[in-house]
Formats: sequence, C-alpha cells, structure tokens
Amino acid sequence: MPFEILTYSFMHRALISGIAIAILCSVVGLFLVLRRYSLFGDAIAHSSFGGIALGLLAGVYPLWTAYGVSIISALIITKIKDRYNISGDASIAVLLSSGIAAGLVIISFSGGFTIDIFSFLFGSILLVSVDDTILILALTGAILIVILLLYRQILYSTFNEEQAKVSGIPVEKINYLIIFMAGITVVTSIQLVGVLLISALFVIPNVTAIMYGRGFKQTAIISMSFSVFSVVVGILISYIFDITPAGTIVLLSIGLLGITMGIKSAGLLSKN
Amino acid sequence: MLNAVEITNLTVKYPDVKALDNVSFVVKEGDFLGIIGPNGAGKSTLFDSMLGLNTKYTGIIKFFDQDIKKSKKYHKEIGYVPQKPVFEKNFPATVSDVVRMGLRNESDENKIDEILQQLWIHELRKRRIGELSGGQLQRVFIAKALVNNPKILILDEPVTGIDQQSIELFYSILRELNSKQKITIIWSSHDLDAVNQLANHVACLNRTLFFHGESKKFFSDDDLVKQYSEASMQEHMHHH
Repeated sequence: MPFEILTYSFMHRALISGIAIAILCSVVGLFLVLRRYSLFGDAIAHSSFGGIALGLLAGVYPLWTAYGVSIISALIITKIKDRYNISGDASIAVLLSSGIAAGLVIISFSGGFTIDIFSFLFGSILLVSVDDTILILALTGAILIVILLLYRQILYSTFNEEQAKVSGIPVEKINYLIIFMAGITVVTSIQLVGVLLISALFVIPNVTAIMYGRGFKQTAIISMSFSVFSVVVGILISYIFDITPAGTIVLLSIGLLGITMGIKSAGLLSKN
Repeated sequence: MLNAVEITNLTVKYPDVKALDNVSFVVKEGDFLGIIGPNGAGKSTLFDSMLGLNTKYTGIIKFFDQDIKKSKKYHKEIGYVPQKPVFEKNFPATVSDVVRMGLRNESDENKIDEILQQLWIHELRKRRIGELSGGQLQRVFIAKALVNNPKILILDEPVTGIDQQSIELFYSILRELNSKQKITIIWSSHDLDAVNQLANHVACLNRTLFFHGESKKFFSDDDLVKQYSEASMQEHMHHH
C-alpha cells in the first residue's frame, strides 16, 4: 500500500524535481553560507514575491516575472552595496522588505490575495507540471556545469577574495555570477518549499554538513545527501499523512541538524 | 640578470597623508630582498600596489619588464604569502584543498603532494585548515603560493602567533627556495637579525626609501642601522 504512491506520475515529477532542487540548493547554498550570505537566498525569495505578484497582475506565468525581478534586484542590490559601502546584512534587509512591499502593493491593485499567491508562498511540489520538471532539470544541470567549470575560481574567491585577486581571478565577476546563480536557484526552488522557507534549503543542510569536519568536496556531498534525504522523505511523509510538504521537508532537515549537533556534543565528531 | 621587479617613482597618496613618496628600486632575478621599516612605513601599501590590490598609485611597477597596469600575465609569476591568512574558522577545506586552490593547471595534482612534502606538512594534508597552528598555517600558505612554480615569492611576515621552532623552519625554507630553486624573494620582516642572515639586499622603507642596497653594506654601517633603529623606535613610541 505505501508503495502505491510511487506509481503516480505526479509523484514521479515531484520527486525528480525535488531531488534536483535539493542538490542545486545545497551546492549554491554552500557558497552563500561560507560567504556569510546565508540570508541572501531569503532576500532574493522575498523580492521574487514582487515578481510573482507582477506576473499574476499582468497575466504572465508568475515564475518568469519572478526570475526577472529577483535576478535584477539581486544584482542591483549587490552593486549598491559595493558602491555605497552598505553592510551585507543591511543590504539583505533592504532587498527583502522592498520585494514584499512591492508585491503587496501590486496584489492590492489586482484585488487582493488569491489561492495562487499561497502556492507560491508555501510551495506546491505535488502540482509541478511536466514542463516545470523539464525546466527545473535544465536549470539545475546548467548551474551545476557552470560551478564545475569554474570550481577553483569560485572556491578560491569564497575562501579569500584578496588572495584570489592576487592570483588573477576576476573576483568581482565571480561574485556577480554567484548572485546570478543564486537568483535562478531561488526562483526555481519556490515550487518546492515556497518563498518563505527557501533559505532553509540553502542553509540547514550546509550548516549540518560543515560540522562533520571534512574537506570541501566531502562536505558538499554530505550536504547534498542530507538535502535529498529531507526532500524525498519529506514529500513522501507529507503525502501519506496529508500535511504540507514544505514544512515537513524543513523540519526533517532541522532534525538532521539536531542529530548532528547531538553526535558532535557527544564527542563523536572531530572538533573544529 | 633580468630585472624581476622594477619600481619607478611609486607614490601613493591617501587623503591626509602620503603613504609612499617617490619610491624607486629594482630587484634582480634571484635576489633575496628583505624589506624593513617601522609600523606604518608603507610596507603594506607597497605590497598591495605590487600585487594589484591597490591601483590608485602614480609611478610604474613592472614584473619582468611588464607594466602591471598593462598586462595581467604577471599574476602567474608571483606567489604571495599574506601576513594574516584570513578565512572562516570552520571553512570546510583540508590542507590539500587550500593548496589546490592555488593550482592553475588542475591536472598537476602530483605537484600538491610534492610541495606538501617539501614544506614538511604532508602528514597534515587531510586536516581541516581551521585546526592548524600558526606555523603550520604559514607553511600551508607558502605551499599554496609555490604550487604554480612562481618566479617571485612575496611574503608578508606575520609578527605574532608563530612559535620559535616554526620560525627557524620558515627561515630555512626561505633560504633553500632562494639558493637551490633560484626563486626571487621579497620579504617584509621585523626581525633585523634574520634579514641580516638571509637577505642579500635590504630595502629600508619609511614612506620614502631610506636605504636600498646590499645587506652587507647596510649592516656593516653602524650609523645606518642606528638611524633605522631610532626612526623605528620613535615610530614605535609614537604608536603607543
């Protein structure tokens, strides 16, 4: 009986998209966490809310406008941050609130909240279409290829910008590339956990994996495994018990973090 | 001998002060130059300008006859060891990972093991970078700087946090790199005795170039050393 759910095609789409998003978020998120940009995903997600509202108002597929708005606003805020020397956390706060504010104003123009808005706020992974799934797989593939090709440059400039610059790496360009990829990742992931919980996918599996005290590649693999585990088990549990997938996925990854902290305090992991 | 470095009329102005005033000197290939000078003498500004981190200067900086403002090729000839390697304490990178970041040609994986062995840190290769002592960390960053076989090694020597044994090892590594591997070394240090023992040239900086020449000449001239020490002492008192 429990295996019957694995035969539904909507479940196949949900699991395939979910696994792709889990891998993508943990990889992109690892660089954001190490750059002390943990909340940047959150800020982009909130700004994408403005884009979604714009799409709903204009009658365009909301995720397209969300991609446009969130990538552009992320790049603009990064530029402003560098130009006017605003701290990272303050620039995140500006981006976050301006997205929500714009979204709210646009929504009130279009006659108030609708059911569509809720599915973007909290995710709707069980409703992803075939087209959505193909788009998610394509974007995940493209971003992972870019990261693999520029792996050393991205890692080095994350580790220490100044030294990366001295060795000739175009650090500013790499920074913008990461922001750009983070923008795409966030909007792609909205269907899985919604605007409000995205930063959990970026941050929690990585914070957990870093505690295992391994090298960079192992840390990335541990993070991806935790992320995929939470997403797959979360989707299945939420369907069986008829609860929200987004909340279940995030609680599961928090559970893994809790267990890891327990193992670490018991002295079973190498201390850092 | 080719000029490894040629600096002509380098001046760096900050709003209220000239950090470097008309500094000119040449470092020949194979030289071991010790740069000494009190705190605030402009050593960091000099390094930042040479490394492309500060572009707001007047004058010309050349590596192997190439103006660094005109050509980017010089990056691959330089290995740089910072004074304080800044990174996230829990950054998930092993010693090998960090050295690998410096490696331009990623197929040269063997080079990593080779350099780790040469610097006596091969047994640390799987350790996380945040777990190391100051001396070990310094050797890891030297390994990262050397992994591309640079022709010039630029080192900003840390003042604190390194034990005596590691300092001795560091000095013997520098000596070997210069004498056996013929790497040109530019090294900023606070330790006059060590500079006297290791470097064959000295640049004494205090915003302007106070002395530049063979270290024998500097250290055999008591007046020069005394003047330097007094300037350095005044600066020191001034800072306190």
